[in-house]
Amino acid sequence: MSEKIRFASVWLGGCSGCHMSFLDLDEWLFDLAQAVEVVYSPVADIKAFPENVDVTLVEGAIANQDHLELIHTIRKNSKLVVSFGDCAVTGNVTAMRNPLGEADVVLSRAYQDAQFLNPQIPHDDGIVPPLTAQALPVHAVVPVDLYIPGCPPPAKRIRGVLQALLEGQSPEMIGREMLKFG
Amino acid sequence: MARTLTINDQEISAAEGQTLLEAARDAGIYIPTLCHLDGLTDVGACRLCLVEIVGSNKLMPACTTRVQEGMVVYTDTPRLRAYRRQIVELLFAERNHVCAVCVANGNCELQNMGIVVGMDHVRYDYLFPKLGVDLSHERFGMDHNRCILCTRCVRACDQIEGAHTLDVLGRGAHSMIVHDMNVPWGEATTCTSCGKCVMACPTGALFKQGSTVAEMVHNAEKLAFLRAARERRVWNV
Repeated sequence: MSEKIRFASVWLGGCSGCHMSFLDLDEWLFDLAQAVEVVYSPVADIKAFPENVDVTLVEGAIANQDHLELIHTIRKNSKLVVSFGDCAVTGNVTAMRNPLGEADVVLSRAYQDAQFLNPQIPHDDGIVPPLTAQALPVHAVVPVDLYIPGCPPPAKRIRGVLQALLEGQSPEMIGREMLKFG
Repeated sequence: MARTLTINDQEISAAEGQTLLEAARDAGIYIPTLCHLDGLTDVGACRLCLVEIVGSNKLMPACTTRVQEGMVVYTDTPRLRAYRRQIVELLFAERNHVCAVCVANGNCELQNMGIVVGMDHVRYDYLFPKLGVDLSHERFGMDHNRCILCTRCVRACDQIEGAHTLDVLGRGAHSMIVHDMNVPWGEATTCTSCGKCVMACPTGALFKQGSTVAEMVHNAEKLAFLRAARERRVWNV
């Protein structure tokens, strides 16, 4: 038997909706589990992003320093980096703060201007990661190999992509079923 | 008088004075458009309908180019496909189009055009401009973040309603759709509140107040119906 595909998924600046949609693969997850070894994921208790990963699905935009550091590790350690969902592909809702200005403007808007009781910006060095100036799509920071649009991408679309990858083919991202944003 | 021309190696017959877009559509040949709307005059603004004409080194917009005898036209070459995808990507990069939280999600011509041109991501840096939403009108709203400056609303207001409340201020990417002499929509005294601009809008830029995500359906085809009813007394479409 050949070695299993080393599969990872990460949750950066997003709402986890893409991972929820991933779970909507339902019983096909059993088939997937036969073919891959999950080496990192928000649904697995693994602390550090491993080396020699074959495929990594990245949910979310690059929105803070932790994301920024992790995405470079992901790129270095993954053969195939997949932007998974609209926040990773376009910035989407996570990037809606960008027109307001840089992080300080956004933080004051959220935690000071609109608050009446104890307005303060959360800070704790080493625990609360500072926001990046802008929330950016993944490919604005590191090269990306494949894009799965959708907010969230429907389970059928995710399956279409993963099935093709398992068969060693590059998925055909054409038509409404594979490409509709939102 | 009929004109004979060739589109994509297919011989077609067109009426004199027809545009290439009309002739192609009559022949069942699809050419993508965003700023064209049946019932309004064409302005060739969005450049999606650019076609190649043999013998010309310029690409021509099909919506404003008239048919000529013996013309040889190609509407779907690799060069045109590449430009069309670039155009759509630039539209997405220029303003803040967030399909997931848009009133027009699922009913949007820009979103659909992304699919037509095969856009899986935008290769250009997003500009993230700071733009407003005008909710001063009692029934309608205008979200400049989602405007692609196609001017369909401007033309519908001028050519079908005859009010010309709307116009374009500024130039290039800094252009803005304005009401009257750049006043909030609710204060525009020439606006008849007819809603034809809202019908004409291809995206979520113009909407009925109270619409939430994916609820805004524009009914742009009603404008062509109005025009046909008035000018040709055709009431069944």
